[in-house]
This record gives sequence, C-alpha cells and structure tokens, in this order.
Amino acid sequence: MGQNKTIETDIIIIGAGPVGLFAVFEAGLLKLKCHIVDVLPQAGGQLSEIYPKKPIYDIPGYPSVLAGDLIANLLEQIAPFEPGFTLGERAESLEKQSDGRWIVTTGRGSKLIAPVIFIAGGLGSFEPRKPPIPNIAEFEEHGVEYFVRNPELFRDKRLVIAGGGDSALDWSIYLSDIAKELTLIHRRTEFRGALDSVEKVQHLADSNKIKVMTNSQVTGLLGNGKLEAVEVQHDTEGAQNLEVDYFIPLFGLTPKLGPIGDWGLGVSNNAVEVNTFDYSTNTPGIYAIGDINTYPGKLKLILCGFHEATLACQSAFKIVHPDKKLSFKYTTVTGIEGIQAT
Amino acid sequence: MDNIKVTIVDREGKEHELDAPTDMGMSIMELCKAYELPVEGTCGGMALCASCHVYLLSDHILPEQSDDELAMLDSAFFVKPNSRLGCQIKLKDELDGLKLELAPV
Repeated sequence: MGQNKTIETDIIIIGAGPVGLFAVFEAGLLKLKCHIVDVLPQAGGQLSEIYPKKPIYDIPGYPSVLAGDLIANLLEQIAPFEPGFTLGERAESLEKQSDGRWIVTTGRGSKLIAPVIFIAGGLGSFEPRKPPIPNIAEFEEHGVEYFVRNPELFRDKRLVIAGGGDSALDWSIYLSDIAKELTLIHRRTEFRGALDSVEKVQHLADSNKIKVMTNSQVTGLLGNGKLEAVEVQHDTEGAQNLEVDYFIPLFGLTPKLGPIGDWGLGVSNNAVEVNTFDYSTNTPGIYAIGDINTYPGKLKLILCGFHEATLACQSAFKIVHPDKKLSFKYTTVTGIEGIQAT
Repeated sequence: MDNIKVTIVDREGKEHELDAPTDMGMSIMELCKAYELPVEGTCGGMALCASCHVYLLSDHILPEQSDDELAMLDSAFFVKPNSRLGCQIKLKDELDGLKLELAPV
C-alpha cells in the first residue's frame, strides 16, 4: 500500500480475521462498501498467522475445516463485494471529522474515512514479546531493537541476539556476515529451531564467526541514553557484562490490545464493551465484533463473531443511510451477484 | 470421582483450593478462569501465549510436554525447570491434590 493514501468508504473494518472478513459479506448484502485494515501482511488474522493448518470443528455445516481453508473460503465469499485492503499497517488513531465521519490513520500515514467503524481486532495486534528487564523501555530505539527491519543498521556493530527459536537462529546466521561481533544468548542448552539452522549456528560458533552463550539470560542493560553493555547471567557461572551497540531480543510475538485501548471506548479485561443489541460501543458509529468485544455471556467463538457482524451491519446501515428503509432479504431468494450457484 | 481438589498459589502468595471437575475435559487454565484467578488464557488454549504459565509445586506426574508447549516456554520469561502451561494440563482424577503456582507476568 502506498503512503499517505486517503480512502473513503462506508465501513472501515479494523482486523482482517474471519469475523472482519465475514462482515464484508453481510455489509455487501446491504450494498455497503468496506475497507479492511490489518497490521499483518496477509488476511486471516491469527488463523493465517498462527494456526493455518489446525482444523476447526465448530463452524456450522463444516464437520472440520482447516483454519487456512476457512480464510480462503471467506475471501472467495466476499470477493463479489470488492472490499479494499490496507495490510501491514496498524490502525493507530481515530478522530471525528467535522462532517461527522471517522478518520482512521495508520502507522504508515494511510487515512481511511467512513461514517462507521467495525473493530474486529481479535486478540489485538501482534507485538514483540519484551524480556522483563526493568529499564528496557529506556533503550528502545537507543540500542534495543525487537525486529530486524534493516540489516544494514547493524553493519560493523557489536550485537547481542537473545532467543532460542527460528528467528533468533536465522538472524544470527544472516547478521554474522554483517556485524563486527555477534553473540547469541539462549536460556537453555538446546535450540528448538530448524535442524539446518541449528547446525549452521553451531558451525559459525565453531569457526569463531559468532559466539554462542547457552544457559544464560540477559538480565540488565547499561548505558547513558544509549546502550553500551548488557549484563548476562549464566545459570551457574555468575554474571558478566558484554559491551554492545545493539541488543536484539527475539522472543516471538504476543497479542496486545494496542492503540484501540486509548480511543475512549469502554474497555474491560483487554476487550471492548458492547451492547448486544447491535454490538455498538459507547461511541455511536463504532462497533466491536468478534474476540475483541466483551458482554455478559461472551464466548470467543468464530461463529459468535459471525452473528455479531451480521447484527452490527444492520445497525450500521441506519448510520450510513439515515433516510433509507432497510428491508431484510434471504440470499436464497435474491442470490449474490458474482457468485454462481454450484 | 467427579471433582478433585487443586490448589493454586496466586501471584501474591495466597493459596486457593479449587473444586475441579474431571468429566468436562477442562484444563488448568480454564479452571483458573472459571474461578476468576488472574489467568488470561489469551490464545484460548493452543499453547501460543504463555499467559497461563504455572510452576508445578506438588510431586504429581503430569502428561509429557508437547513440542508446542516446549517451544512456547522457550520464548516465555521467568521459566524454571518446573514450568508448565496450564492450558496443556487437563484435569484428571489422578491429579487430585495438585498444587501449582501462577508464574509472574
């Protein structure tokens, strides 16, 4: 997606998981246009990102369906309604325009404008899991990097990478040619990554291209405004300080509610409170559907999210078209333009 | 037996003795949530978030850790040799008297 793009539509859907996708279908039946934004680079939310090969057994009419297949089917189901997508960008801020419509701005500066917002953010946005080092926030962007966005940043620098999974191994291999010094620190003796990567790292360590410290953890960060050293604690051999330019902790991603929590919506237990009449939030025009909402009796199930999306669309119609009368039609009666019956 | 006793030590050190049904396929994570103990269970029980990370305090033999659980614990914090994910421990009659402590978050 290009930078600083402005898109106008009827409903902005935050979150491209199954519930966000199905909302496009139900909105489409009412001739409402949708635009979806998601921080992940592909549609499907956690189903695509975390468990595409896991079977789901509680989708009505499917005795078993793989999570990835369910997403592929939903994308096919909504294709006739031509939803827009802004992927790989996180919805950061929400403001009301003078004409009463909402404007959502992403981290990359895209602007999405619509009278209605559906928050279908699931568990929230996926953020790096941060090690529990008390002053780590102080050094973020001053020597602590949770992602390798641009490997050139690390050219001829002294790096400490922490973690034992594939990303820690893969980046250690990749950056071994770029960095001046590289130390990989892992809490356990064994690495759980792909065998091929484990062997490569072992080879790099044997040939002194990198240093590997196992049974060790980074427990402290030292420096004055900029990271200068990390304290490494070995399980049995005590602590030592390593002089570094960058510390790269790679412990995977964990979902966080993120900026949505700061939008003035009612939030309890990391979920957005809604009215079960139409899944509206405390703010007119803003709805929350799927795993991200909460109400008495809430169940975090895809099928419940589908229901929530359907009712929210009925309510949203009245906001998009305050003067039009909504008449409910069955798809069995009217069909869907662009979908051939099989 | 329909119910067993499970003791959970919360993060303030307080012990909670819980009645736990063994006929519902319930996990320790779900049990903690049912009793409103501070366990999030963000991922819903797929060993993907470690928000149900616990330490085993009693000498019960728990089911062996799956690769998924081991991989998750590898990227969790405050991990000890007796660390487990509550979502991967199903309540069974032989776990009567089980004692666990909630790991820090």
